[in-house]
Amino acid sequence: MSSFSLAEGSVRELNASLHAGGGQVGDNEWLITEPDGRHALACGLNEPMEVVIDGNAGYYCAGKNQHANVTINGTVGVGVAENMMSGRVRVRGNASQSAGATGHGGLLIIDGDASARCGISMKGIDIVVGGSVGHMSAFMGQAGRLVVCGDAGESLGDSLYEARLYVRGDVKSLGSDCVEKPMRDEHRAELRELLDQAGYDAQPDEFKRYGSARRLYNMHVDNARLDGGGGNE
Amino acid sequence: MSESNGNWGLQESATFDRGVISEIHRAAETGVYDIRGFGAKRSMPHFDDLLFLGASMSRYPLEGYREKCDTDVVLGDLNASRPLHLSIPVAIAGMSFGALSAQAKEALGRGASVMGTSTTTGDGGMTDEERGQSSQLVYQYLPSRYGMNPDHLRMADAIEVVLGQGAKPGGGGMLMGQKISERVAEMRTLPAGVDQRSACRHPDWTGPDDLAIKIEELREITDWEKPIYIKIGASRTYYDVKLAVKSGADVVVLDGMQGGTAATQEVFIEHVGIPILAAIPQAVQALQEMGMHRRVKLIVSGGIRSGADVAKAMALGADAVGIGTAAMIALGCNHPRWDEDYKQIGSAAGFYDDYQAGNDPAGISTQDPELAARLDPEFAGRRLANYLKVLTLEAQTIARACGKAHLHNLEPEDLVALNVEAASMARVPLAGTSWVPGWEG
Repeated sequence: MSSFSLAEGSVRELNASLHAGGGQVGDNEWLITEPDGRHALACGLNEPMEVVIDGNAGYYCAGKNQHANVTINGTVGVGVAENMMSGRVRVRGNASQSAGATGHGGLLIIDGDASARCGISMKGIDIVVGGSVGHMSAFMGQAGRLVVCGDAGESLGDSLYEARLYVRGDVKSLGSDCVEKPMRDEHRAELRELLDQAGYDAQPDEFKRYGSARRLYNMHVDNARLDGGGGNE
Repeated sequence: MSESNGNWGLQESATFDRGVISEIHRAAETGVYDIRGFGAKRSMPHFDDLLFLGASMSRYPLEGYREKCDTDVVLGDLNASRPLHLSIPVAIAGMSFGALSAQAKEALGRGASVMGTSTTTGDGGMTDEERGQSSQLVYQYLPSRYGMNPDHLRMADAIEVVLGQGAKPGGGGMLMGQKISERVAEMRTLPAGVDQRSACRHPDWTGPDDLAIKIEELREITDWEKPIYIKIGASRTYYDVKLAVKSGADVVVLDGMQGGTAATQEVFIEHVGIPILAAIPQAVQALQEMGMHRRVKLIVSGGIRSGADVAKAMALGADAVGIGTAAMIALGCNHPRWDEDYKQIGSAAGFYDDYQAGNDPAGISTQDPELAARLDPEFAGRRLANYLKVLTLEAQTIARACGKAHLHNLEPEDLVALNVEAASMARVPLAGTSWVPGWEG
């Protein structure tokens, strides 16, 4: 395993080393120490590798990840694993807003809580949150699955496309065009699989499923909100 | 009224003219606002309201054909290790695959590459056709992040973070269901046939402080190789340009309200934003006050049609211009050869603006395979290259007449305005006077 101390080296030096395919012949495992909330750590990784960030990270940690497994032993700032394509990112603590935003693939696990807009505009990523998520989570979610073991804030799944949402606790409110849907066997099966991948023993029967009513898919005058409470676009 | 006078006594209302009446009827019948493509059609102060002061006794002209008048521009040399070097200061503005056919995107790449300039992707990601045919390709990073792929970020020659466009500052993209083909839907991870409304805000940053960190991430992912552009629609330009520079842009792309769109509400196109003529001086002032003019490069777009427009934009302080609508016209949009087809869909050559409908007879703004096949990318690419060549030759002609050995040497002092409005907006004197309305003292 290679070690990199951000007390001694810069973010640029770290990412350049990671992009160069490691540096340590063989295992391609990295331990990053003293992150101290720095931004853009381990972003743009593009090959299989194991990266552990031992501490708190700032914005866009593991952004646009491909193939790599990244674990953060701390909290993360805005946009952890944003636009992830593949691989796995695990946050041992809490995450700020826009976790997993626009992700196209891979698995994001947040053991703590995630703030607002978790999974915003998700495009195929799977996100499992051990705690709760904030308002506007899965806004305009297009594809993928969001699993919330705690509660969800206001306007869950607003303007949702085809992303599937599972929430165990309370949902403060559903957003435009997001509705509760029946849990069938195939949903319980995929939820069990996601929970197992995250290492959680919660039971699928404890969750409710939410998805798109598909009423906003095509523009129609009856879909236009005239009450000043926000549009559908 | 007597019969001999015919209709001569009829008076059309200036307030409720036939166009207004038609729109009220349309609104009453449908209950939905009008959506169309193209750009603003209203009259407004523009480059036509400016004139150059050619050399005579007090200035020394260059010979029109043979003396040196360079046209190249370097973009992104402030921070990027691999800046773009364009042979001509006319780039192709961002237009998406989805809005345009794959053939049209390929043609844009072919024409631009012949002339040594860049093309730009759009909402929906990068296609093989445009990457393959574009020697220099700018990859747009949009609020929707449709098709956003880090491999494409690394394949691009520059990255353009899009905050807005001139046709609709504050609005997101639209692509109506009839243009969401299987390929377009797959690239955007959307069900085929939906009316796609792109987000108007980025999903993972808010404000310039966050944007600076986002740009840092983009630079880290691409190992600080790529120039980073920030594109804004012209509105509060002075402040927006300052914030774009603060956020770390290498290039600011400023799109005036004449800029085109594939689909937007008519009310948005005609009533939001400001003309490019008014926006350029604001941007230049902001850059100059920060000591960044000519360091952070300024690309302006929105209503560029001729080499005179190119020269005027550069004289006002731009480093380069972008063309979108004009490039589409050069490919063949609104060409008289398709007039019968235009009439069949209720339009006419020279008037067609229903890019949202997906039934473009010229095969440019469509995803219909039969219509798209009408556009030969090689032929259309040659037309675009010819047009770009003319723009450059015209701009050089004017620059030489003003005694400039490089287009970048054109300056506001070379310009005067034909009317008070243009003089005030462009901050150049009314012709024959030393009066710059609103800016003296």
